[in-house]
Amino acid sequence: MVDFVQNLISGVAVGCIYALAGLGFVLIYKSSRVINFANGQFIAIGAFMAYALAVWVKLPVLLAALLAMLLTAGLGFLVERVFLRRLVGQPIISVIMVTIGLASVLDGLMYLTPFGSGNFTFPQFLPQGGLSLGGVNVSYPQLLAIGFTAIFLVLFSWFFQRSVLGVSMRAVADDQMAAMSVGVSVQQVFALAWAVAGLTAAAAGIVVGAVSGLNQDGLIAIGLAVFPAVILGGLDSVPGAVVGGIIIGVLQSFSTAYLDGLFSQIGLVGGGSQYVMPFVVLLVMLWFKPHGLFGTEEIERV
Amino acid sequence: MHPEDLGPILLEVNNIEVVYKDIIQVLRGVSLKVPEGQITALLGPNGAGKTTTLRAISGLLVPEDGQVVSGSILYRGENIANKPPEQIVLKGIVQVPEGRRVFKHLTVEENLRVGAVTRRDGAKVREDLERIYHYFPKLALIKTRLAGYCSGGEQQMLAIGRALLANPKLLLLDEPSLGLAPLLVREIFDIVAQINAEEGVTVLVVEQNARVALSVAHYGYIMESGRIALEGTREYLETNPDVKEFYLGVAKSGGRKSYKDVKSYRRRKRFM
Repeated sequence: MVDFVQNLISGVAVGCIYALAGLGFVLIYKSSRVINFANGQFIAIGAFMAYALAVWVKLPVLLAALLAMLLTAGLGFLVERVFLRRLVGQPIISVIMVTIGLASVLDGLMYLTPFGSGNFTFPQFLPQGGLSLGGVNVSYPQLLAIGFTAIFLVLFSWFFQRSVLGVSMRAVADDQMAAMSVGVSVQQVFALAWAVAGLTAAAAGIVVGAVSGLNQDGLIAIGLAVFPAVILGGLDSVPGAVVGGIIIGVLQSFSTAYLDGLFSQIGLVGGGSQYVMPFVVLLVMLWFKPHGLFGTEEIERV
Repeated sequence: MHPEDLGPILLEVNNIEVVYKDIIQVLRGVSLKVPEGQITALLGPNGAGKTTTLRAISGLLVPEDGQVVSGSILYRGENIANKPPEQIVLKGIVQVPEGRRVFKHLTVEENLRVGAVTRRDGAKVREDLERIYHYFPKLALIKTRLAGYCSGGEQQMLAIGRALLANPKLLLLDEPSLGLAPLLVREIFDIVAQINAEEGVTVLVVEQNARVALSVAHYGYIMESGRIALEGTREYLETNPDVKEFYLGVAKSGGRKSYKDVKSYRRRKRFM
């Protein structure tokens, strides 16, 4: 039982990282229907910036993290301004291709820096150990992941339900032309979406750094792992990204703990079931509920 | 009688030509004037260029890849042709798009709040929200319903209410009767007339249903094939024999006549 709860909690913590990474992804999709394939690169860049500011510039870790999040937000804003703005009104697939190209370019640029190879560890900024509750241990980095996600979830929910700008973003997702007709600046909305996506991606990267250290390929892989999470939750749903992220995280943790053993009995001794299961869920989900758990279905009046 | 006689000119469209995708010319020199505080109707058949004229005014040509290539659109003396829509909304011109185009996945109240996105006077917005519910009491009953599940009439009211929350001086209505039952059309036009009279909002309405549009308009233009073919006051248009025959469905001999009977004749005799 203790093992089970322990696995559950580490799954939730990993899931919170997916959730954070998924929030920005969902935000961009929600406002502009664009799938951002450069999300993993944003995560890596955010994390490395925080590392550089903390270790090389020797800023306090929390300040470095905050600055890195703002800088990555700036990067998102810049990407929208420079590459995507001129594609407004073009077919969505062209825009998606641009994000794939962007991902490759950012990848290449990162390989040029010292971060291109090797592992990096954040300076210790959280106390060692963690909270122990009835034999179950929750480490401080895990608490950080869960806390960060909770804060962002509350902020995002408030933003989209209550603030005029947030409601306008949903309006743009619904009908761009109608939103323009009442004076919503669609370009501003897109720029904001990309900036906030950069911010949450950096937050995810920093949490990864605190939990397990930094490695370029590992960080970029998180960008890929986010797909099953957001498709499970519904591509355009903020709570969906969080719930989907947590489900996938827990699923991975349980796969490692229980499935790997089962598989090895039938000769599958590789022990990588945690990498397969999310995508099995993804496929099953697409079969039965392509809009995801919380995604909006098209409203059709009959 | 000229539009100037009805009031100061709020909007003046001078000989504009509009081209879509750099090649398809839709308007061939359209000129019209909208007197302040009045309802002006822009009538005409399908494909005459009515919607394009409205979009040229509101700036909504941009998402359709169209632009005004010559002529000017003067609003209070300032040329607003090809300005981005959000700037035009700030100046006080708001368009209700054809086919209602409510935000389907937003509630009725959220739809209305998006209408106020350009405004910074929060207290006044809440007041205006109540005023919209006063003009459209049906909307007050369904504040939390998703707009996509509202009836066509409710959606049209919502689209007009949403535009009014942007606090327009000039409201552009594109085919508000589209797909609605005659009684609802009557109700919506009566509310538009009431808003015009009580709030002083100038209205430019595009319609194919000439009868109902002329019943509330003070002045009207008739468009054909990208040009203005005829203009005049409501009284003039309602008594003009060609308008009566082609747009109001009344035969020269009096009595009603089916469109089928005039169709072939109509092809030969156009206004130009």
